[in-house]
Amino acid sequence: MPKRTDIQSVLVIGSGPIIIGQACEFDYSGTQACRVLREEGLRVILVNSNPATIMTDPEFADATYVEPITPEYVEKVIAHERPDALLATLGGQTALNCAMALDRAGVLEKYGVELIGASIEAIERGENRQQFKKIVEQLGGESARSTICHSMDDLLAAADDLGYPMVVRPSFTMGGTGSGIAYDEADLRRIGGAGLAASPTTEVLLEESILGWKEYELEVMRDRMDNSVIVCSIENLDPMGVHTGDSITVAPAMTLTDREYQKMRDLAIGIIRAVGVDTGGCNIQYAVNPADGRLIVIEMNPRVSRSSALASKATGFPIAKIAAKVAIGYTLDEIRNDITQETPASFEPTLDYVVVKVPRFAFEKFPEADPTLTTHMKSVGEAMAIGRNFTEALQKALRSLESKHAPFDWHKEFVELDKDALLAEVATPHDGRLKKVMDAIRAGATPEEIHDATKIDPWFVDQLALINEVAVELIDAVELTPGLLRTAKRHGFSDEQIGKIRGLSADVVRGVRHALGIRPVYKTVDTCAAEFAAQTPYHYSSYDEETEVQPRAEGKEAVIILGSGPNRIGQGIEFDYSCVHASLALAEAGYETIMVNCNPETVSTDYDTSDRLYFEPLTLEDVLEIVHAEQLAGPVAGVVCQLGGQTPLGLAQGLADAGVPIVGTTPESIHLAEERGAFGRVLADAGLPAPKHGTATSYPQAQRIAHEIGYPVLVRPSYVLGGRGMEIVYDDGALEAYLEKYVANGLINERQPVLVDRFLDDAVEIDVDALFDGEELFLGGVMEHIEEAGIHSGDSSCALPPITLGREEVERIRRSTEAIARGLGVRGLLNIQFALASDVLYVLEANPRASRTVPFVSKATATPLAKAAARVMLGESIAELRTAGVLPAEGDGGHLPDGSPIAVKEAVMPFDRFKTADGRTVDALLGPEMRSTGEVMGFDSVFGTAFAKAQAAAYGSLPLSGRVFVSVANRDKRHMIFPVKQIADMGFEILATAGTAEVLRRNGVEATVVRKHSEGEGPDGEPTIVGRIWAREVDLVINTPHGSTSGGSPRADGYDIRTAAVSTDIPCITTIQGLGAAVQGLEAMRRGQIGVRSLQDWAALGAAAREGRDG
Amino acid sequence: MALPAPAIMVLEDGRTFRGESFGAEGETFGEAVFSTGMSGYQETLTDPSYHRQVVVMTAPHVGNTGMNDEDPESSRIWVSGYVVRDPSRVPSSWRSVRGLDEALRDQGVVGISGVDTRALTRHLRERGAMRVGISTTETDPERLLARVRESGEMEGANLSEAVTTRESYVVPAQGERRFTVAAIDLGIKANTPRMMSERGMEVHVLPATASLDEVLAVEPDGLFFSNGPGDPAATTAQVELLQGALRAGLPYFGICFGNQLFGRALGFGTYKLKYGHRGINQPVMDRTTGKVEVTAHNHGFAVDAPLESSTTTEFGEATVSHVCLNDDVVEGLELRDADGRLTSFSVQYHPEAAAGPHDAAYLFDRFADLMGGGLEARSARTSTTGKTGA
Repeated sequence: MPKRTDIQSVLVIGSGPIIIGQACEFDYSGTQACRVLREEGLRVILVNSNPATIMTDPEFADATYVEPITPEYVEKVIAHERPDALLATLGGQTALNCAMALDRAGVLEKYGVELIGASIEAIERGENRQQFKKIVEQLGGESARSTICHSMDDLLAAADDLGYPMVVRPSFTMGGTGSGIAYDEADLRRIGGAGLAASPTTEVLLEESILGWKEYELEVMRDRMDNSVIVCSIENLDPMGVHTGDSITVAPAMTLTDREYQKMRDLAIGIIRAVGVDTGGCNIQYAVNPADGRLIVIEMNPRVSRSSALASKATGFPIAKIAAKVAIGYTLDEIRNDITQETPASFEPTLDYVVVKVPRFAFEKFPEADPTLTTHMKSVGEAMAIGRNFTEALQKALRSLESKHAPFDWHKEFVELDKDALLAEVATPHDGRLKKVMDAIRAGATPEEIHDATKIDPWFVDQLALINEVAVELIDAVELTPGLLRTAKRHGFSDEQIGKIRGLSADVVRGVRHALGIRPVYKTVDTCAAEFAAQTPYHYSSYDEETEVQPRAEGKEAVIILGSGPNRIGQGIEFDYSCVHASLALAEAGYETIMVNCNPETVSTDYDTSDRLYFEPLTLEDVLEIVHAEQLAGPVAGVVCQLGGQTPLGLAQGLADAGVPIVGTTPESIHLAEERGAFGRVLADAGLPAPKHGTATSYPQAQRIAHEIGYPVLVRPSYVLGGRGMEIVYDDGALEAYLEKYVANGLINERQPVLVDRFLDDAVEIDVDALFDGEELFLGGVMEHIEEAGIHSGDSSCALPPITLGREEVERIRRSTEAIARGLGVRGLLNIQFALASDVLYVLEANPRASRTVPFVSKATATPLAKAAARVMLGESIAELRTAGVLPAEGDGGHLPDGSPIAVKEAVMPFDRFKTADGRTVDALLGPEMRSTGEVMGFDSVFGTAFAKAQAAAYGSLPLSGRVFVSVANRDKRHMIFPVKQIADMGFEILATAGTAEVLRRNGVEATVVRKHSEGEGPDGEPTIVGRIWAREVDLVINTPHGSTSGGSPRADGYDIRTAAVSTDIPCITTIQGLGAAVQGLEAMRRGQIGVRSLQDWAALGAAAREGRDG
Repeated sequence: MALPAPAIMVLEDGRTFRGESFGAEGETFGEAVFSTGMSGYQETLTDPSYHRQVVVMTAPHVGNTGMNDEDPESSRIWVSGYVVRDPSRVPSSWRSVRGLDEALRDQGVVGISGVDTRALTRHLRERGAMRVGISTTETDPERLLARVRESGEMEGANLSEAVTTRESYVVPAQGERRFTVAAIDLGIKANTPRMMSERGMEVHVLPATASLDEVLAVEPDGLFFSNGPGDPAATTAQVELLQGALRAGLPYFGICFGNQLFGRALGFGTYKLKYGHRGINQPVMDRTTGKVEVTAHNHGFAVDAPLESSTTTEFGEATVSHVCLNDDVVEGLELRDADGRLTSFSVQYHPEAAAGPHDAAYLFDRFADLMGGGLEARSARTSTTGKTGA
């Protein structure tokens, strides 16, 4: 049955900012969907507030709305565009919830928009636990015994029935928000209470504990002729109890007989049919009791999910793309399998390799947070690896995490390992547990002991034991024989691991290995276990016999682009954006593009983004082997290290040392920017001021520098991204504690000294992205931070064009940027942070690479910066790119035409995902260490509206009326008065603590005094401010921290206020500058009608304006 | 780690792989074929259709769930040799009673592990299925190659009698007996009579040598030919038996080898596929309903029948009812009388699954309907049975 002819235009909803539980996998799925729908000749309208996505590039849709994904804004888009259909199953829970809200509000009916992919009824059947359970039962399946609760009384009553421990799951939340395991009544009250609050339907499910059971997932696709296929089976190495997003997972399932697998398959197909997902994909989770095989259906997602992205990458079956095609009427047998080009999509992929996914956590960013893994997802990213066996795939995956703590390590002396302590430690799942399991095995724990402690399946335990046996052989061997080396490589050992064991450097091991001719071969992900020839070069390495890398076409030169690896705070989708753009641009310029990456959530690891894809770890060893294999296949122009963030940048020197050509900025220039002394000389030569600074490797040295330049000082380790370890330090005590901590954990050492800078209080921070070709500078954009200096640029909101800088200041910025670009020898992108204080423009730092803001700048100025950068890196000049139409013929982002829209970037913080060990939310404070997971863009003609949109997109709309609580630090009191007065004038009731209220009253602002948290409730039970926030009696919180920030201890009052606000989803402003911006936003909202406009329309307006100006 | 003994494997065209001994030690020969299923090795090993074949598993990890007492499809392992990459060292399943390696050794099945099974599969895909030898006793590939070239070919081989039951036996119907089926065992899998019996059929499993009289002696409502090894072109006795049964108006259902023999009985030829279909992920379209089913396959030969038109035979109008969407190979045949009523049908793939998906289980219902004579009445419902519950 071919494509439906009654649909001409489709609205696609994206997933908004990257948050824990909803990451760039939805950019991947949405991008695929947009591409497919446009190929089918449909008009595609897209709404997504996240500017860092590929899908929001104007060429991926006919009308791209970078607007908040809220029912109000999406309705405006629908009213303007009048689409025939809405596709909401590819934008995660955000899109699904938005579609449900639009339906409930009657918007879809009003405008005659048909929901395609999955109907409202199907979504409800899939997500409503009671209905779902009934469906499973009717199919002859089993669910865990459970009870639905709508109140605390319900919860307590159900507990008597089910018995502890129990799993608590709130309905309609994504990524398992609010779920947990209750071992006793106190747990139940805490987790259940929060769950009731988190669920939009105040609904929580309590169920029998199936902790320790085997956990599986199946990915299913269905078309409107009722053809269903299972795309992939996934088995969790971590048994039930750990959220699947936080689990180590393996595809295909490893420990199922065909009977058990087919039982799951029958249920999966029965479920997708009964739930009524008529056209699209869904994901179904199961638990199996290892003792007797009792099979339980846990849940389903009636949409494309994180696991779908993983399954797509693991099998080569592009779930999102095919989901989009079946949504518009195609049947699976009518869709071709891209990889074989000769077989249809109505088959089930079969794998002749093993895929392992490992989560990446960010607990180092939230030291107060409890690192125990539960049913509540905490990881911020993941790496996937492919090998010809499990041991190879697992070890590759662990090194893909790029954490030196992740890979197994036999360095430790045997005597240090205490088996019993280790067994006790591994009984609780936590980040790094697998490594402890390996240590326990090494300490002599038997497989039974490991299984009893962890419930990890005996087959996996044996695989770990096998890895250990190989390691022990490496330790014991008199000589590193070719056979032994080959065995170790076959089980995934890196040169570095082998070197550590044998007391050799990785380089020496590599040298020996190459001398013996022991190199990996590259196999192909082909969906069919080699039954048919693959037309798509999607490769992975293995120490096996035969390689499948094809020679390059005559006359073609290849460029290898290194991606950014697993998402982490500070290095996420923004870098993938630049890599993908480089690939597209270089393909256009005639190169064969080769992508290397190990992040399954990304667009870069789509097999059709680049000419060739290597799904491989980004380590020197793995990249060198790829370069070697590709050099054998044909000429390689060079490797791009500049676009994937710190990961590839860190490899540049090693690659250059091994004789690999690096395109663009040289490793020497990179070093020049990173190394403080050298960079200081570059600045001095150009006559540019930098804050007073010094470098130190010990506390006495650091103290001397701090005293010389005066507190407060900004301290940070060198060579880090995302402000890792960056703190503002106010006194000697804090400085000493800082050094102690970071010297101990190895972030500060002789080669990586700590940088001590004078901290510029009250400065305006400015971020610049620019392009330099050796001659000409193209200023991509100048962004003015809204928060004051001291808050990491990644967490700070900013405006482009800068809202308070004049033309003269921009020109100074341009001159300084050019001088630095020239001084460093940049070829490609450059990001500089400036601080403007007392009319002096200080240079804070320069990074000769793509920055986090490249996609934001590209979108805000309608200029494809990353594409241009890739071509500059390979030798084209800015002048040539202007002629070629890649860059504007004249002008640049530093000089935007009058009437250009204002773009506001706002960061999205994950505070609500992290709880301390005693169950409280971690503090919601911004500081110099980056902690945001994602960003949104607000786009409009004036700042206030753009800011209001950014707020709405990030946190939900600002309130238009109600109560505002104000409590600010003494130093902020003066600046607070005017904005708070404006808020009061708008009719808000102002609440304040006694001190703040007094200041306000003196300035003619009436404020109701509320009790501080530390004062406790009043004699007549008057609540404290924290109590009133929890009671949802406050609509907006303005609370700036007192004194020191993340390095020290914020005052307890502030902490409780902010965490209460975060927990209850009440907007919370923590800087005085943010307050000013919010006032402008509130005013804009109160003026009424905020409109929506697509990027394409903005561009057309801009073009018209330029013509008008020229004419 | 104790190192296993080395083993070598030599293909008919001289390509050699070195690996380690797996299962029994010794030397074995057969036709090298690859199977792409990721689950169900126990069913595969015990499927008589694999008699005289050396099976290469494309899934790298084999043996993870050990061997249990419920899943075998016959009383023994039939493959003549087994090629895997990473055999499991421990079985993990609550149903497992012994390890795979142990089972292979007990039954004297020679295998090899540690070889690049993907390279081997690609070789077979490009050059076609061919003879192979595995040896743990021979170290010289040339000498092994000479013996491979002397070993028997699959083309022209009649193997039914080697795999069939010696004595007939009866699998009783579950619940009320609705039909009696005469099932000719050409290498039958245990799940086939089981699925029939679940549908109220009493199954009389007869040896491959059974005559028409012996078939009629059980007073069957229908005749069934099972799957099995060998070249359909080398079989004449059962083709004649089937023609006799069709003339006698006995409804017929055939699976796999039974599809090929049905094709021959209707006058079609059969041919050897380059490398066959062996896996549990194959898309087949039921051309009578337009629905796609994901099916288990294990066949090296196929029927040569026209896809676009029906063929008039002495038994009625023969049509290709099922086709593999990967390569348009004939996957099913049906025969209708002058009134367009279905009288007999067969499929090339495995509706009994084991291992494999259950999408085609409806064919057993179709057989029951055929024998019940009420097919037309039910066919409207049958085409939508898949959707009940929606």
